[in-house]
Amino acid sequence: MFYREAGDFKTSYSKDNQTFPIKIDRVGYYLVLLVAFLVVPFMLNDYWVNAIFLPFLIYSIAAIGLNILVGYCGQVSLGTGGFMAVGAYACYKLMTTFPDINIFFHVIIAGGITGLVCVVFGLPSLRIKGFYLAVATLAAQFFLVWLFNRVPWFYNYSASGQINAPERTVFGIEVTGANTEAWATYLFCLVFVVASAWIARNLTRGMTGRKWMAIRDMDIAAEIIGVNPLKAKISAFAVSGFFVGISGALFFAVYLGAVEVGEAFGITKSFLVLFMIIIGGLGSIFGSFAGAAFLVLLPVVLKVVGVDMLGWPTDMVAHLQLVIVGGLIILFLILEPHGLAQLWRVTKQKLRLWPFPH
Amino acid sequence: MSTQESYVTEDGRTIGPTVMEMKNITLRFGGVKAITDISFDIREGEIRAIIGPNGAGKSSMLNVISGFYVPQEGEVWYKGKKRPPMKPYQVAEQGIARTFQNIALFEGMTVLDNVMTGRIRQMNAGLLSQAIWKGKAEKEEIANREAVEKIIDFLEIQAIRKTPVGRLPYGLKKRVELARALAAEPSILLLDEPMAGMNVEEKEDMSRFILDMNDEFGTTIALIEHDMGVVMDLSDRVVVMDYGKKIGDGTPDEVRSNQAVIDAYLGVAHD
Amino acid sequence: MSEQIVYALEVFANGLMSGVLYALVALGFVLIYKASGIFNFAQGVMALFAAMTLVGIQNGQVPFAHLINAVLGTHIHHFGWHIHSVLALIFTVGVMILLAVAIQRFVFRHLVGQEPIILFMATIGLAYFLEGFSDLMWNSEIKTLKFCVAEGTCLPQGMNMAIDEAAYNAFGTGFFIDNLDISAAIVAVMLVIALVAFSQYTKQGRAMRAVADDHQAALSVGISLNFIWILVWSVAGFVALVAGIMWGAKSGVQFSLSLIALKALPVLMLGGFTSIPGAIVGGLIIGVGEKMFEYCFGTGQCFGGIINLGGATENWFAYVLALVFLVFRPQGLFGEKIIERV
Repeated sequence: MFYREAGDFKTSYSKDNQTFPIKIDRVGYYLVLLVAFLVVPFMLNDYWVNAIFLPFLIYSIAAIGLNILVGYCGQVSLGTGGFMAVGAYACYKLMTTFPDINIFFHVIIAGGITGLVCVVFGLPSLRIKGFYLAVATLAAQFFLVWLFNRVPWFYNYSASGQINAPERTVFGIEVTGANTEAWATYLFCLVFVVASAWIARNLTRGMTGRKWMAIRDMDIAAEIIGVNPLKAKISAFAVSGFFVGISGALFFAVYLGAVEVGEAFGITKSFLVLFMIIIGGLGSIFGSFAGAAFLVLLPVVLKVVGVDMLGWPTDMVAHLQLVIVGGLIILFLILEPHGLAQLWRVTKQKLRLWPFPH
Repeated sequence: MSTQESYVTEDGRTIGPTVMEMKNITLRFGGVKAITDISFDIREGEIRAIIGPNGAGKSSMLNVISGFYVPQEGEVWYKGKKRPPMKPYQVAEQGIARTFQNIALFEGMTVLDNVMTGRIRQMNAGLLSQAIWKGKAEKEEIANREAVEKIIDFLEIQAIRKTPVGRLPYGLKKRVELARALAAEPSILLLDEPMAGMNVEEKEDMSRFILDMNDEFGTTIALIEHDMGVVMDLSDRVVVMDYGKKIGDGTPDEVRSNQAVIDAYLGVAHD
Repeated sequence: MSEQIVYALEVFANGLMSGVLYALVALGFVLIYKASGIFNFAQGVMALFAAMTLVGIQNGQVPFAHLINAVLGTHIHHFGWHIHSVLALIFTVGVMILLAVAIQRFVFRHLVGQEPIILFMATIGLAYFLEGFSDLMWNSEIKTLKFCVAEGTCLPQGMNMAIDEAAYNAFGTGFFIDNLDISAAIVAVMLVIALVAFSQYTKQGRAMRAVADDHQAALSVGISLNFIWILVWSVAGFVALVAGIMWGAKSGVQFSLSLIALKALPVLMLGGFTSIPGAIVGGLIIGVGEKMFEYCFGTGQCFGGIINLGGATENWFAYVLALVFLVFRPQGLFGEKIIERV
């Protein structure tokens, strides 16, 4: 009733291949973009940006990156935190070494560097599979964090061992450093998010995506059919690393401003992003957004309800949060392995028929 | 053997020269010999069957052809050249496509995506072009989609195009798998028990598809099958294997009257 | 013997001892994996939960005191009694069995037949859940674990706790080994013998091995899968309890205990997921390896200090070793060779 797809005919294969083949979806998508770019920036304040919007946007990019690796290519990685750290430190070194180049390019190059590092740690995926590989990626996590902690070159020999984002501008407007405006940082990240989602969608609907999914669903058959497993896996690691690196760079430069590697990019970060894509939906770009939104909002809601309204101690609410997140993960794996994205699809199905049950 | 002349069959199809030849293949798993010293050839445009009782080494033979198993001894000649040791995906790139005994479809993907995956050989746009969905990637996608739609029409699976493969019944899955292999426009199509577990109607459909494929596209087909009636009707020539050895080779009529074959297989199975 | 060699030997022995403890956690992994194909990421958190429960029961803590206080506005924390260690141990075993039943009933019964990687992710969820749950139940303060069989015969406390600076001076050479490590090694050996005996000589053990071999076949000869899985999770819970007591006595009962589980993972990759001897040998290799590597290259005390990486290499050494090893032998030291089929 509210959601129609009948009468929406395609007359060419290129139309049939669109990201949103159904008109009502397409309109909705443009509307969301319009609001995100033209309305939201005027309604923001510092609290909203720092508590919700920036983490949501940045984690969305990380989730898209990890989803390509885990959800599309079936290679489970527990090294996301470490790879985000690569992005952050690469961005920091670039920002301090080449201060004249626009930060926009720093972030992209940082993503590229992370992609390369990711490929190096992804090479063993040719020999080892499944949770063997998952555990192997822990090597990346711990080694990288140790590296950034122990080798002073990475933090420019600063006394604290931290890295601090210098002030940088885009079109004369500051996006990093202490004196940023909420709307500027928001828009800066939003551009990256939209571009990442678009690229990820293009890749996953084309031949590259099909090769990834073939490897995920049945790697031996995929190889016999003609998928080069080396190329498919390595490209998944590279693309995934690229996005994760960008999110790490933004996380450091725009969101936190100052980073201590063990704290910001520890193993818990790896799990957080993994949980986002499980809850959001493995193998779905929309799911990456849904999962990121969910796990960014959950602690905020819990804090508002638990600490502010009920007056419970903070640490107890934090423990409660662990219980809830862990429980949700199990619940989703049991009830809806395709996550929030699938729930959304089911809802759309229901809306299409509403008010009739069948 | 490899310089045979082309000839025309009774039903008017042209059988060309040898396209693939297996020479003295021996395959061992540890101490077990799966295949012992087998030689045979496949000619262009023919339907070649490999038959034999369970455990005769038929599937192993197919796996050798598609590069999944590397034989300890023997040579594979393809299009007049000796094939160097290569990975399965390289064999596929040379134009050898196959289906699997236990259906190896990509369950998380739609029928369309599965069949499109078969066209890896024809699609090679760069990552960057694919990332922005412009230029070569877009053109390639549409051109190959057209080719795939033809195959989808041919195999009569239009209605399930956008259905995830995991939800399909067995018979349809077999057909989708055939579509995926056919989409590669292979020089040789290997079919591993294409009719296993099917009822009579489905078998009839599948036989029709195999014959049509061979007739319309001129596809060379090598197949393994248990159903003797089907094999004898479909194929131009038959290789018979037993305990990893070749015990017969020839037209269905020749094989039918071969005493070794009757003893080993036909006599037992069809009494 | 020169002082440096003695010191190196001491590092070696220390590594051996922590290797024993790694092996202890790894054993729990192997048991569950063999019987159910589940790679239990929550094993370490189970050890934490077990140790916290033991301490909590021993000290008469009120479970969920924080939560109750927050909701009802009360101020309870302790029952005011103290329970004998052995009795508390028995109670804790009971709790671990309950936990096993709950895990089987609420989680894995609903995930039968799922892909291993889904099961693995479910255990990560379980780890988070259990971590929050044990903090809610027993609060997250660091606790001392004092385990006494009788008055005066207690499990020695670890050196890190600086309570009992008891150390054993071997051969009078200034060669120090932690007393606790020696007891841990003895307990570990006993546990392994008990486990092997259980799985080889009892009916349940045989059933367990049958299930590990082939679920369907085991079902068809009348073995209850549900029962076996609960049994396996209970045994794993018990192993976790032992590991929890040992590590808890060594460095206090606190969150970092669950990180030991992460250390057990490379042990498993080295030893192979299905091999009990593999878990033990792998544990020893990792334990000794990381201590020696830290001593030699992390802090640069070997070969005239050519290589000095600046310390804390223990954080990653085990993983990188396992990673490099796996690339050359994907099935681990004792694992069976994987044959791929179409």
